[in-house]
Amino acid sequence: MLKYIIRRLLIMIPMLLLVSIVVFTLAQLMPGDPFGGEIDPTKLKPEQIEEKREQLGYNDPILVQYGRWLSNFVQGDFGKSISYKTDVSVLIKQRLDNTIFLTILALIITYAISFIMGLYSGKKPYTIGDYAINGFNYLALAIPSYVLAIAFIYIFAFNLQWFPSSGSVGMGVEEGTWEYWMSRLNHTLLPAIVLGAFSAASYTQFLRNDIIDNSRKDYVRTARAKGTSESNIYNKHILRNSLIPIVTLFGFDLAFMINGAVITETIFTYPGIGKLFLDSVGKQDYPLIMTLTMMFAVIVIIGNMLADILYSLVDPRVKVE
Amino acid sequence: MKTQDVTEKPILEVNNLETGFTIDNKFYNAVDKVSFSVKPNKIVGIVGESGCGKSVMSLSIMNLLPKGIGEIANGTILFDGNEINKLNNNEMNKIRGKDMSMIFQEPMTALNPVFTVGYQIMETLINHSDISKKDAKLKSIDLLKSVGIPRPEKIVDEYPHQLSGGMRQRVMIAIAIACKPKLLIADEPTTALDVTVQAQILELMKTIQQENNMSIILITHDLGVVAEMCDEVIVMYAGKIVEKTDVDTLFHNPKHPYTKALIQSVPKLDVIQETLGTISGIVPSLKNMPEQGCRFVDRCSMAKSECRTKTPTLKPTVDLGQADDSKEHLVSCLLYDEA
Ligand SMILES: Nc1ncnc2c1ncn2[C@@H]1O[C@H](COP(=O)(O)OP(=O)(O)O)[C@@H](O)[C@H]1O
Ligand SMILES: [Mg+2]
Repeated sequence: MLKYIIRRLLIMIPMLLLVSIVVFTLAQLMPGDPFGGEIDPTKLKPEQIEEKREQLGYNDPILVQYGRWLSNFVQGDFGKSISYKTDVSVLIKQRLDNTIFLTILALIITYAISFIMGLYSGKKPYTIGDYAINGFNYLALAIPSYVLAIAFIYIFAFNLQWFPSSGSVGMGVEEGTWEYWMSRLNHTLLPAIVLGAFSAASYTQFLRNDIIDNSRKDYVRTARAKGTSESNIYNKHILRNSLIPIVTLFGFDLAFMINGAVITETIFTYPGIGKLFLDSVGKQDYPLIMTLTMMFAVIVIIGNMLADILYSLVDPRVKVE
Repeated sequence: MKTQDVTEKPILEVNNLETGFTIDNKFYNAVDKVSFSVKPNKIVGIVGESGCGKSVMSLSIMNLLPKGIGEIANGTILFDGNEINKLNNNEMNKIRGKDMSMIFQEPMTALNPVFTVGYQIMETLINHSDISKKDAKLKSIDLLKSVGIPRPEKIVDEYPHQLSGGMRQRVMIAIAIACKPKLLIADEPTTALDVTVQAQILELMKTIQQENNMSIILITHDLGVVAEMCDEVIVMYAGKIVEKTDVDTLFHNPKHPYTKALIQSVPKLDVIQETLGTISGIVPSLKNMPEQGCRFVDRCSMAKSECRTKTPTLKPTVDLGQADDSKEHLVSCLLYDEA
């Protein structure tokens, strides 16, 4: 297993190198100039701008620029954000745990909802309860997340005032206390539900269909012939089999969550990586954009590796080597 | 002569069983008014081609018909004197795997792929007794040993995909006999296995039957298997019993044209046969079952015109030259109606 993980990590290197080339090229191709959002060209003389460009190495040959960026990047120096005038690594660090918190909460919501609803629907297909759950799922799949987000803010934050509509933690609460964590949870719950709803719906549907498929299998009949109770048949025999395809979805889901976080965090003005990314694009903050893109690529690749490892853990027929 | 057999109380009694399926909102009988009984410590063979209703009948006894599709429309099933066809699923679960168990045709899919062999044997034991997990595992190893699996301490922790078809069927037998049932239903247990393995598995079943004093319903389409294993034989065709008697009588004095045709189609090792006798035509499907007359009529070489209109019933028949009239011989054919 360890050997396998090491090998997978080594394979990551050429993949990331490729991603870095793409990221760098795209950054070069993007319209505008790093200074576009920063310095008012009407106030600075062209010579001054040129001087700054020279100073920062923007006039060097492309390959030299790429090599310099890459070697700095590998050493953990992601450069200075142009718009925030701070180290990119500091900016990311400040927001990363917010996004991790949001993603974990969204994943918990996804799994909790989909296992409860999927198991129910799979056990009792073509009943009123199943139809209700199906209806709910199609609704969740059909409504775009930004519409859902705005509706949630309107209903639960403005009208009912159950949740705050922005931020990640209340003002003036002391870090590490119970109130602090409750405040964080309170701030994160609404965006997490929005983020998790879509996945929850597709997981529920997936689980339902897989459970129905499995319930017709021969091994279920064998279990019944042994006198195994219906609850054990579903909760042990079938669920354990239906876990296999669900686990393989995990890799995709991680990428999907990051994607969704960009929109969700922005609407909820939740200070996380997703919002930072959208802001950096708006401000053409190249060092920030490039670092975040690389980071997303790493997460997706690691997510896939994680899915493969989980797959081999839940399915004894699959051996990683 | 074991004449007391006649008076011994049967372990299983099936009376007038009708089981069928709802297809396009219409109900079709796949098992039609079947009655028979199984005495303790006996092996009863059920033979017939594919599609004759053998599996549907055994699933009816176990109450394992696909829910909402197949159901028992009529008849009673008495197991050990209790009318089990009236029991609900929970009550049935107390009997299934304990007093009555079943092994299936397809050993490749009958085991759950994600649980160890040991887990799947232990489950039966845990379902029916207060045994601890540790003891259940030790007992599983013993069971694996008793069904002839080498290195049982190792195999107990392996998964089904690591075993061959024959080994898996042995595991299925271990599961089925874990609680020492009174009745084992084996639905074509060797059909999916190759010939040498087939013989070993049958041998094993016979040994276990004798050691544990259990009865077996052995379903097969192979008369060779019947000759080797069974005490009594039931021949089924298109959902009905067409002939029923002890194994000697069946092979020495078959009556029903279907039985005769089946016997002729068995390859004989001691006779060089020019062609292998086969029965032309196929078993009618549920939707194409004739409403009246004999269901075998289209394939029967002895059919008369009245066979199409008059439905035969299962009746006792006289075996000429047979002194021992304790042996029952039932046949459902118009040829023997006037005898
Ligand atoms: N789930 C089912 N739905 C509809 N018809 C079925 C089903 N299972 C079996 N049958 C029909 O019942 C008849 C008897 O089948 P089966 O008992 O499996 O035959 P055998 O075991 O003797 O080969 C066949 O005509 C088959 O098509
Ligand atoms: Mg069958």
